[in-house]
Amino acid sequence: MKLSVWTYEGPPHVGAMRVATGMTGLHYVLHAPQGDTYADLLFTMIERRDHRPPVTYTTFQARDLGADTADLFKQACRDAYDRFRPQAVIVGASCTAELIQDDPGGLAETMGLPVPVIPLELPSYQRKENFGADETFFQIVRHLAKPMDRTPKVSANLLGPTALGFRHRDDIVEITRLLEELGIAVNVIAPMTASPADIARIGAAHFNVLMYPETGEAAARWCEKHLGQPYTKTVPIGVGATRDFVDEALSLAGVDALVDESRLRLPWWSQSVDSTYLTGKRVFLFGDATHVSAMARVAEAEMGFEVVGLGCYNREFARPIRALAREMGLTALITDDYLEVEAAIADLQPEMILGTQMERHIGKRLGIPCAVISAPVHVQDFPARYSPVMGFEGANVLFDTLVHPLVMGLEEHLLTMFREDFEFHDGAGASHHGGTAVPRLEEAEAPAAATAERPPVESTFEIVWRPDAERELRKIPFFVRGKAKRNTEKFAAERGVAEISIDTLYEAKAHYAR
Amino acid sequence: MTDHTPLPPARGCRDVPVLKQRGQREVFCGLTGIIWLHRKMQDAFFLVVGSRTCAHLLQSAAGVMIFAEPRFGTAILEEKDLAGMADAHDELDREVARLLSRRPDIRQLFLVGSCPSEVIKLDLARAAERLTRVHAPHVRVLNYTGSGIETTFTQGEDACLASMVPELPETEARELLLVGALPDVVEDQALALLSGLGLDRVRCLPARRRDEMPAVGPNTIFALVQPFLGETHAALERRGARHIAAPFPFGEEGTTAWLAAVAEAFGVPPERFNEVTAAPRARARKAIAAQSKELRGKRIFFFPDSQLEVPLARFLTRECGMEALEVGTPYLHRTICGPDLDLLAEGPVISEGQDVDLQLDRCRAARPDLTVCGLGLANPLEAEGLRTKWAIELVFTPVHFYEQAGDLAGLFSRPLRRRARLTGLERLPESAAP
Repeated sequence: MKLSVWTYEGPPHVGAMRVATGMTGLHYVLHAPQGDTYADLLFTMIERRDHRPPVTYTTFQARDLGADTADLFKQACRDAYDRFRPQAVIVGASCTAELIQDDPGGLAETMGLPVPVIPLELPSYQRKENFGADETFFQIVRHLAKPMDRTPKVSANLLGPTALGFRHRDDIVEITRLLEELGIAVNVIAPMTASPADIARIGAAHFNVLMYPETGEAAARWCEKHLGQPYTKTVPIGVGATRDFVDEALSLAGVDALVDESRLRLPWWSQSVDSTYLTGKRVFLFGDATHVSAMARVAEAEMGFEVVGLGCYNREFARPIRALAREMGLTALITDDYLEVEAAIADLQPEMILGTQMERHIGKRLGIPCAVISAPVHVQDFPARYSPVMGFEGANVLFDTLVHPLVMGLEEHLLTMFREDFEFHDGAGASHHGGTAVPRLEEAEAPAAATAERPPVESTFEIVWRPDAERELRKIPFFVRGKAKRNTEKFAAERGVAEISIDTLYEAKAHYAR
Repeated sequence: MTDHTPLPPARGCRDVPVLKQRGQREVFCGLTGIIWLHRKMQDAFFLVVGSRTCAHLLQSAAGVMIFAEPRFGTAILEEKDLAGMADAHDELDREVARLLSRRPDIRQLFLVGSCPSEVIKLDLARAAERLTRVHAPHVRVLNYTGSGIETTFTQGEDACLASMVPELPETEARELLLVGALPDVVEDQALALLSGLGLDRVRCLPARRRDEMPAVGPNTIFALVQPFLGETHAALERRGARHIAAPFPFGEEGTTAWLAAVAEAFGVPPERFNEVTAAPRARARKAIAAQSKELRGKRIFFFPDSQLEVPLARFLTRECGMEALEVGTPYLHRTICGPDLDLLAEGPVISEGQDVDLQLDRCRAARPDLTVCGLGLANPLEAEGLRTKWAIELVFTPVHFYEQAGDLAGLFSRPLRRRARLTGLERLPESAAP
């Protein structure tokens, strides 16, 4: 038993729903109690889908447990087929139905439905949402795809995009366009956009593009083994990764082409002088392993940030994330415990978080700006505009995404210079974020250091701030105040200084000056 | 004063046949109630003993994770708990001890049963007794079920309140007890109205803090403010308390009838009643009139969701001029909703339970002007050109009593007003959504 406050991933059957909802012509019959239908709203509300997910729930109740829940399942399965006439059906159980052991797969097979019935075994008490999506897609491919002649023109499948994925909708458009520019046709995009009939012709492609290893790797491996299709290992997020991906795709396709980079703006935007203020911004990365490792490269090499901590919530990918962290001289945080992530961020006091919607809440609490770079996501992470994170346009989008939460360069200087101005002060926040300009609080009524509540530095004795030093600390702009406080306290602790004065503050500043 | 309220219908819906279908039920489970209950009871923590699905439901149904560290959490059952490799009770004790040591402000802990905990027959009542002994007197531990196999959506609040009733102290006092979680501002308004009627000794269940929990006994007279509290109603009657049957305090008519029933039980003189209610009644009527312009003559269809459907249909048909086509409710408690059913004119289909696909067929055939439904159905129906009101807002928004009557009407008129305001956006034949 493990106490969970917020969870990064849902149960595995929600992963299966992400596959089914992304596809067309497929129906999911889910043996589940009443209440599990809440999952529909993930798609209809968060992603604003205009159709119900193609899922029929048996919604059994306590009174059915004494009777025959297996019959209830068969009835639901029959009704769902008659009503929706899918090309294929996937069947499975949610966590509660797993306990009553009705074997939906076996029951459905005996019903003689005239379409393929694909049973899913998703152990709810061991695994989570990404596994559920990966396994479901794998089973669908395994049941429906067959070796076949390749397309005459070189082509690739895009594997991994699902419903409710972070920017999957736009990434597939961007990568399709990129491949077409290289002379590589896209055969099937799956699971999102594909029907069971499309899955059946996956074997016609020359190779696979594995866009999201979290949800597509098992299928990609199966296709490699049984259909002889190699798959790409680079996830094209960021400038360097996109260029590497292009090289990899060209080599798998056995063709040569020049890629058009005229749409790519990130390199100049990052090199232009206005971006100087981004230099060495301390960032913390957390999310799914694929997005975190790609973004670590973008943050360091393409934005000029300093990555001070990183981690992922999906243990399945812990190894590469640990290796990456070691390379960067860091220790990876592999956890799905929201409170641990919060504690790590509070301790590191980064200037920005690149995370999920969970870290957005942590950032709000700790007063640290946050850009969302990975699922889990919320309604505001499904923008109306085209905003991929893959390919060259994706790199442009990322530049904007990573700069937006910060105070702009010149504004940062002005805030530092005129930090005691009664209107133009840092308590008002960044000027482009809206909100109301609040008059600066008089020193006397200002709340005590508005930084993390928990003491950032462990020490054997209590460190206190002298009132004048605390006032001085408050004059430091908010976007670096947390770091200044932490550094000063660390500096004091190391030297056995129990009382922080203005001098201590500035000695620490000189000590940590870069 | 002049009474603008229409006369009761010649025939109400109390005895009409109810359509009962059995199929997929597109409803939340009772765990959802935790989202408002944990804000209402400020020293309570709700620990769901369940699966990752339960945790995911709570976080998704809450819409956003508004509260960085909320007063609820899920003890997620793992393989080893199910395989008997770990004693689930020992595990629970450990998690509870850890939780309470981190949150010394917690005075009441609810162990909330879920579908998996019920299927494996984890005895949470026994766990609650044991944990109460361990953590008394600072923390009291109670248990109830919010599982989907036992409860639907708002029934979770019912199960929670019912679990508290046997623990309430005994009293002989003749007191009025208001039962049902109301937003604090609405509760304060209700208490002010009752105080105006001369009722100063009014208690609330649930109270905001454990120390303020009411006592109950044979002289307690209770009024429900929510229609879904059937178990709590029965538990209070078992303690000897007497229920005042009344329409629910939605809208001007409902609030007046509810207050009148209370006033009658406590012998409040009619002059005083009129004096206290005249001004807020007039205000409520004015506010409803302003909000209900768009609603007059419009047809409404209710999918089952919060169990508020019957009183809301009464409000919308009698005070806002709407026509109800179908009033679906997850569960129809005829005694508690009787007074509202009496006032709801015969005509609409009253349905209990659900086969969502068949009900969607009926809804599409009827083409109502407004459909009240859950979050899973709202956007798909909007995409079919039907206007919807998502039902969960009705339990997350202050809607009871006079001062909210206009807001309540506004919840229904806003989707229609919005539709009228948006122009030139007609959908392309092919959907633009993902």
